[in-house]
Amino acid sequence: MQPGQKTAAIRDGYGKGLLRIAEDNDVVVLDADLQDSTRSLQFGENHPERFFTMGISEADMVSTAAGLATCGKKPYASSFACFLVRNALDQIFVSVCYSKTNVKLVGSHAGLATGEDGPTAQEITDISVMRSLPNMKVIVPADSMQTEKAVEAMHKQEGPMYMRMSRMPTPIIYDDSHVFEIGKGYILREGENAAIIACGTMVSESLKAAEELEKEGIKATVINMSSIKPIDRELVIETANKTKAVVTAEDHTIIGGLGTAVEEVLFENRAYVPIEKIGVKDMFAESGKPEELYKKYGLSHDHIATAVKRVIYRKAQNNRG
Amino acid sequence: MLADADRLKKAAKEIRKQSLIMTHDAGSGHPGGSLSCAEILSALFFYKMKYNPKDPKWPDRDRIVMSKGHASPALYAALSEAGFFPKEELKTYRQLNSRLQGHASIYTPSIDICTGSLGQGLSVGNGIAMAGKLDSKSYNVYVIMGDGELQEGQVWEAAKSAAHYKLDNIIAIVDRNGLQQNGPTEKLMRIEPLAEKFHAFGWHTIEVDGHNISELVNGLDLATSIKGKPKVVIAKTIKGKGVSFMENVSSWHGKAPNDDQLKQALSEVEAN
Ligand SMILES: Cc1ncc(C[n+]2csc(CCOP(=O)(O)OP(=O)(O)O)c2C)c(N)n1
Repeated sequence: MQPGQKTAAIRDGYGKGLLRIAEDNDVVVLDADLQDSTRSLQFGENHPERFFTMGISEADMVSTAAGLATCGKKPYASSFACFLVRNALDQIFVSVCYSKTNVKLVGSHAGLATGEDGPTAQEITDISVMRSLPNMKVIVPADSMQTEKAVEAMHKQEGPMYMRMSRMPTPIIYDDSHVFEIGKGYILREGENAAIIACGTMVSESLKAAEELEKEGIKATVINMSSIKPIDRELVIETANKTKAVVTAEDHTIIGGLGTAVEEVLFENRAYVPIEKIGVKDMFAESGKPEELYKKYGLSHDHIATAVKRVIYRKAQNNRG
Repeated sequence: MLADADRLKKAAKEIRKQSLIMTHDAGSGHPGGSLSCAEILSALFFYKMKYNPKDPKWPDRDRIVMSKGHASPALYAALSEAGFFPKEELKTYRQLNSRLQGHASIYTPSIDICTGSLGQGLSVGNGIAMAGKLDSKSYNVYVIMGDGELQEGQVWEAAKSAAHYKLDNIIAIVDRNGLQQNGPTEKLMRIEPLAEKFHAFGWHTIEVDGHNISELVNGLDLATSIKGKPKVVIAKTIKGKGVSFMENVSSWHGKAPNDDQLKQALSEVEAN
């Protein structure tokens, strides 16, 4: 983070986003005793008649949301990502995805960015798990404003969706003019040497890495892949073809998440460019400050910058060979 | 009502016959728990519930959630008897390209939610009941659960939610046939005292003989007349009811009758 840079927590955008869509009377909000943390309480305080505290019962909450949706309601159900995704997976599978109910699931406190609460709460599998469910769409906004806009976009589109948010304040990237589209990635910076495709909190880390690299004469493209399913296939392919070197960055296990989704697109399209995946290696982390954890577990801007140099080196090797 | 009893008994008989034929033809499925809920479904579809087969998603319809989704043959038989789709279509149960999946699903006309993973239906029913309250609708929600299913924790999460939100438009019906897949509930994981449990969770409880049409009808009428809290009808039933060699035999939970067995089963059901 730069000194003086404006920040806000991604989850703050959720509360504000819900207020943006609150005039639709069919919008109902449920939470499992984390409404203060997820910020859904903001809706609850303004529209108590359409806000349901479900107690610490994530499975019940998700199926109840599905029931509401069968009657034309537009339920948003939130909790920490860890409890929502892990405690209610079967309910998400059957009552939401298979039943094609218009349920919007919102998980906050995702990733190592959760910090001191430790591995129980640091949800690092949700992108891969949610991405693998038929009918499910997966959205990971990069700042508070994009989260607000994402809530509006989710409201306009019917069907099951999962939005992932994080706890700590992150730099503000977007202003109110931002137009969020589900299925679209956003170029934040252009450079021909390599591309960094990131999501969530890792977008600002990537921007910082790109700035540092620039000082060394390395020009990197930075893409905010805020929609992981459906992913912006055209943008991934186009960028890979242009830069011929790709780094992915996510605060999530490297198994099955954004990095894997990008690899799938590249391989399916025979874009065999060097790729490095920044993310949590197949392991549990520990308690600590988010910045400390990012450093220790390989998610910091330094790690991203080093990975960029590695893919550029591999690209040069390929060209020689 | 008395004049109705014969009609409802006949419908229950038809549900039994079709459930047996469907599982036989498919070579798989769940006859035991389908036979035990035949009167329950008959009383709901042909006495209690309001619906319109020509408009399956009529917003004011009473809702049914078959939480024990494996008993789909009984539900499909009731739906076709009620006119939601032609009886012919029952032949497609469990076949490729069918609207009649192995477990109840949204692909069948009028069904709102997929089930088959036990324990989820009561929560779904609560959501439908909450929507009814929000929209000031007068429909009721009937959720059919197995007794083994009550071992799932989510059922009790939902029991708590229904009482908390005073959902008096939800009526849970427990098909208390005493058996689950591998034997008696009380031997495998005790659920008694059941009425006391629901009572302690803030529910009004009603106990009936689940094969006695007039008891069922009276129980359901009583359930819808009580306001301010959720209601559960605990219907004492027999798994495999109506077929001597299936009654109270847990191995008929998920096994299809062969040709000879079907023949005998149908003649017993017909004679009953
Ligand atoms: C969550 C879940 N676990 C296991 C099963 C497998 N299963 C299907 S039916 C059944 C027994 C159900 O017993 P009960 O609820 O008493 O139903 P009934 O006897 O009325 O058929 C089991 C274990 C399942 N469908 N869902």
